[in-house]
Amino acid sequence: MSPIDAPGSVLGGTLQRSGALVLRYLYLLKGSWPRILELAYWPSIQIVLWGLISKHFFGHSSAVVEATGALLAAVLLWDVLFRGQLGYSISFLEELWSRNLGQLFISPLRPHEFVLALIAISLVRTLVGVIPAAVLAIPLYGYSIFDLGLPLLAFFVNLMMTGWALGLLVTALLLRVGLGAESVVWMALFLIAPTSAIYYPVSVLPDWLQIVAWALPPAYVFEGMRGILFDGVLRLDFLGAAFALNLGYLLLGACVFMAAFYSARRRGLLHQAGE
Amino acid sequence: MPGTPVIEVRSLTKQFGGVTAIDDIGFTVEAGSMTALLGANGAGKTTTIAILLGLVLPSAGTVNVLGHDMRHHRYRALARMNFSSPYFDLPQRLTVRENLTVYARLYGVRPVARRIADLARELDLEALIDRPFRGLSSGQKTRVLLAKALLNDPELLLLDEPTASLDPDSADWIRTYLKRFQDRTGATILLASHNMTEVERLCDAVLIMQQGRIADRGAPDALIERHGRDTLEEVFLDIARGTGKSASGAAA
Repeated sequence: MSPIDAPGSVLGGTLQRSGALVLRYLYLLKGSWPRILELAYWPSIQIVLWGLISKHFFGHSSAVVEATGALLAAVLLWDVLFRGQLGYSISFLEELWSRNLGQLFISPLRPHEFVLALIAISLVRTLVGVIPAAVLAIPLYGYSIFDLGLPLLAFFVNLMMTGWALGLLVTALLLRVGLGAESVVWMALFLIAPTSAIYYPVSVLPDWLQIVAWALPPAYVFEGMRGILFDGVLRLDFLGAAFALNLGYLLLGACVFMAAFYSARRRGLLHQAGE
Repeated sequence: MPGTPVIEVRSLTKQFGGVTAIDDIGFTVEAGSMTALLGANGAGKTTTIAILLGLVLPSAGTVNVLGHDMRHHRYRALARMNFSSPYFDLPQRLTVRENLTVYARLYGVRPVARRIADLARELDLEALIDRPFRGLSSGQKTRVLLAKALLNDPELLLLDEPTASLDPDSADWIRTYLKRFQDRTGATILLASHNMTEVERLCDAVLIMQQGRIADRGAPDALIERHGRDTLEEVFLDIARGTGKSASGAAA
């Protein structure tokens, strides 16, 4: 009797195979406490450092809480974007490091199921990394990012989407050129950092760079965050623009990744990928 | 069903840039057979297997596996076939059980735990099952990779050098297991090997590749007789050195 139990639907099969791959990454995390510690380590260190820096520079004025809050919120949200992209791309790198990519693609796993698994595990890795840092800011600086309320969820989702879109582009590059482009995983996001308006408004940028900034979703998120913190106003137009741009970039990323996957099959790179 | 082609390759060509890795080959592999794919390094064996697995797209020609066109419907075939190679690893930090669990789920195997327990018993992996893959010896890794390849009880099993870098005892164990597995399940096996003794012992059909083409084919005994040699290794060397006879009997 065949041990195969075919899922009842296409969606069932997709969830089953994506879930299998998520399990692979969870096993990896479970088996290495330094990896889990590392996920939370850098965001927490960032919060401690930036909290102290902001207190020092802003002195003891009445605006200190507001200013510190804006900075810490920016640090945390930037880390969401950074961890989202890194969680996606590093999980892909794990397959290259372990020479497992060929094994995966001779199984019935489809490329889009692989992408779904990478998205799911990046969400897990980001939450593991950022939540301890956010909680740490409460006793240390009396600041809770959770006070942003429901908009925080919208900011979070938008930044994760940007991270995934960038992750798709980065992993497409890895498929194309292999581990020679490994460092791009860590560098890629910093290319858009100056135009993401993380710590300063878009208006600070030169005119021509403002055009670039408004073409990228993070600028809307960070301006939206400052709108709530400083003016108490939720800019729905900013949120809408961020969502629309993110959908566009995700679609672009998916197309580029699929093109790279097709090219890798044509050029015989899938079974050679690895160290 | 014996006699039915499980693999049908027609006019297959693969070029990488200006290099022709496979040059207009055609062959079939019958259901229930164990067929060897022989050839010197660079003859095109690995590329042929990669195309059969859907990992590499052909430049021209058609490949049908288990009745499915691999260009358009490869996932239908992939669920019913599997592959093992010492050159394809599994995640190093995961234990044997974790690796097999992930792949069992990828193939939709149920119940997962029982299937893994059965394979662990058959392939003598019970003592290794909770050890990380990276800490295993070559022989142990080969058995784990074979277990992974058997998870879905494949109708077609592709093997790339299944006994490479194994000591004689471990290699003999693998050969015996493969023969028993095929006798029990009736699966079709295509294996690439450089071990002619292994091929003579296990295989009922042989395809010999040279410079991207099929240089000769047939049953091991028939090839030896046609080339007027005593062993398959001598036939292989004749073809590799261009001193043998072609399939038609003429000097190559």
